[in-house]
Amino acid sequence: MNTPTQVFTVTRADLVKYAGASGDQNPIHQDEGVATSVGLPGVIAHGMYTMALAARAVSTWFPGAEVVSFGCKFTNPVVVPAEGGVDVEVAGEAKEGDDGLTTVSLTVTCAGQKVLGMPKAVVRG
Amino acid sequence: MPVDQSLVGRVFPPTAPYEVTEDHVREFVAATGGDYDGGPAPATYPIVLAFDAMNAFLEAEAIDLFRIVHGDQKFAYERPIVPGDVLTATLTVSSLRQIAGNDIIGTTSKVTDADGVLVCSTSATLVHRGPEA
Repeated sequence: MNTPTQVFTVTRADLVKYAGASGDQNPIHQDEGVATSVGLPGVIAHGMYTMALAARAVSTWFPGAEVVSFGCKFTNPVVVPAEGGVDVEVAGEAKEGDDGLTTVSLTVTCAGQKVLGMPKAVVRG
Repeated sequence: MPVDQSLVGRVFPPTAPYEVTEDHVREFVAATGGDYDGGPAPATYPIVLAFDAMNAFLEAEAIDLFRIVHGDQKFAYERPIVPGDVLTATLTVSSLRQIAGNDIIGTTSKVTDADGVLVCSTSATLVHRGPEA
């Protein structure tokens, strides 16, 4: 199973769009002052944004496959600079089971650091 | 102020029914840089429902959203979500503990369709950062 590493660039403008689309208007994803006031290093991407990128990678590798389960921990923040963007890399390793399900173990990194803990998707087919 | 321990096990009222539209799925996909050409919503789409339920829970408990960070998230899907679905989410507080001035709030949300049939079970750990954290 070929799962070429996918690279996505995240900008502050993306986070604003995602806040609108998802309903998550937590200001730590848009406002540097609020983010640092609660001890964060700066504006961070929604964990769900990073998870959505991981899901995009899975759907690129398994087009049209039904996702049965998907989960992860948010272990390190993706800090998004005011100017330009930051790259998130999604690598995967797929293992087919006897039950028609394929388990995809993901490695999601930003600036060389893992940002998701044990991200795993199970797809049918 | 720590979150009230008596919350554990509490089930919050279902969110208002939400109709999934192609336009909204397209907006959601576009926000993460993808192109939507019809069909099921992407895997993390149920967060729209779960987040609605979480917001209602935070408001009811007077917890500030800006003090919340996401600890983990899981989805178990019964079927894909498609435009035309009318969905609602019901949130339960499943666990609560305090670590180093932070509240670690475990929640589960059941997303059901217009017939009350389960579409997706989600669980989320919310980390409520205390003022001293």
